[in-house]
Amino acid sequence: MAVNKRLKGGSPAPVTRQTIENLSGEQISTCYQCEKCSNGCPMTFAMDIAPHQVLHAIQLGLTDEVINSDTIWVCASCETCTTRCPNQIDIAHVMDTLRQLSTQRGVKASQRKSPIFHKVFLSNVKKLGRMHELSMVAEFALKAGGIRGLLKQSGFGLKMLSKGKMKLIPERFRGGKEIDNIFREAENKK
Amino acid sequence: MKVSYYPGCSLDGTAIEYNKSLQSTARCLGLELQELPDWTCCGASSAHVTDDKLAVSLAGRNLLIADKMGMDLMVPCAACFHRLKSADKALKAGGSLQGLEQKYQGHFKIKSGADLIWENIGERALAAKIKKPLAGLHPVCYYGCLTVRPPKITDAPDPENPMAMDEIMRTLGAEVKNWSFKADCCGGNIMLTHPELAKKMVKKLLDMALEAGADCIVAGCPLCQSNLDTRQREIMDENGQPYHIPVYYFTELMGLAYGDPQVENYLNKHFTEAKTLLKQKDLL
Ligand code: SF4
Ligand code: SF4
Repeated sequence: MAVNKRLKGGSPAPVTRQTIENLSGEQISTCYQCEKCSNGCPMTFAMDIAPHQVLHAIQLGLTDEVINSDTIWVCASCETCTTRCPNQIDIAHVMDTLRQLSTQRGVKASQRKSPIFHKVFLSNVKKLGRMHELSMVAEFALKAGGIRGLLKQSGFGLKMLSKGKMKLIPERFRGGKEIDNIFREAENKK
Repeated sequence: MKVSYYPGCSLDGTAIEYNKSLQSTARCLGLELQELPDWTCCGASSAHVTDDKLAVSLAGRNLLIADKMGMDLMVPCAACFHRLKSADKALKAGGSLQGLEQKYQGHFKIKSGADLIWENIGERALAAKIKKPLAGLHPVCYYGCLTVRPPKITDAPDPENPMAMDEIMRTLGAEVKNWSFKADCCGGNIMLTHPELAKKMVKKLLDMALEAGADCIVAGCPLCQSNLDTRQREIMDENGQPYHIPVYYFTELMGLAYGDPQVENYLNKHFTEAKTLLKQKDLL
């Protein structure tokens, strides 16, 4: 995907601190490295760059490093960092912005399950108005892990079905034209 | 009392027992839940990592419906609650809806299930309906992330120490245990993409609940409940350590205290066996 984009449009425009501040609306330059965000973060054990280092890297203009980090996909969006930052930086929202940039530029192979998940989830909602758990999880398992991935999930899915916790067939389409319009406008922007 | 009701996609499927026990408890308390007609998905965790405006609009479509109904809105899923509150704040700060024409006023309050029941019904009315107090039960209450954080979105008075479920359980006679993990993250958002990491987080919560002396966990979110309930077998197999901690929806235990005959059917839907403990305590 990343390769195609480059072929079509040349190299993507460089991302600066300013770009990320504009896109997120967050004042990243006010971060004074107190590390409160990282101390409360439950995911640092699996991150390659801790949250306060993400902010520092952006301040220094090292944006490729953070856009290609594991951190942005490992972040569980728990909002602890945002709650505790003394400078009111919505760090969880900065993570969202970085994920959007990463998705546009091509996500590294080891983290590709995450963008696949979000894409499958949203296309399910676009089709049905409400998310249908069974078809969403099955499509994700297949796209992210092939037939083996699907088989791995199927035991869990069958147990859910046998307990009457998943609908086999999705309901009728919900939301009518409005859902169509919302997604159409989102796609037009691109 | 009437309120509007946004169940969200999980309560239509994997969390069907939460929906049913909530509806039945509400009926018992004289709380009429009017479901938003033709509600749609709030965008959950996928819209906001993809496109900020899409996130506001998918949630906002439901806010427009609630606006017309003009009553407090109950949102029992933490993730939906968070998305609807975020969209409400964004729209009130001048944000716009894409693909939707109406104007948003937002003259109503958005509340989580437990907050709405605790604040709108109150202790006295909750106590008055008790048929079987939850005596001898030692739960810890688990709120997870998104009903409380960040307070600029959720308006939670104490995001580090939420109390609504603790108060409800105490009112019903349970001997609630205190613990400092009530709003720690269970990894729900990354369970499908990074299951190995999420299971580590679930394990930590189970360990901490046991350390606090709890015999069960009480949850108020379909994603938290599902995460804590359905992964115990795998965690057991992977760690060679026995885990058996029932994870109840607070509304299931309310149903128990209020004599809802369907409670056993709700509990049959759990992955981690949930009836023995209640039978031991003479509650089922
Ligand atoms: S908590 Fe805020 S100010 Fe402190 S290091 Fe993190 S982002 Fe910077
Ligand atoms: S939102 Fe992400 S970065 Fe912030 S504390 Fe939670 S997991 Fe860590």
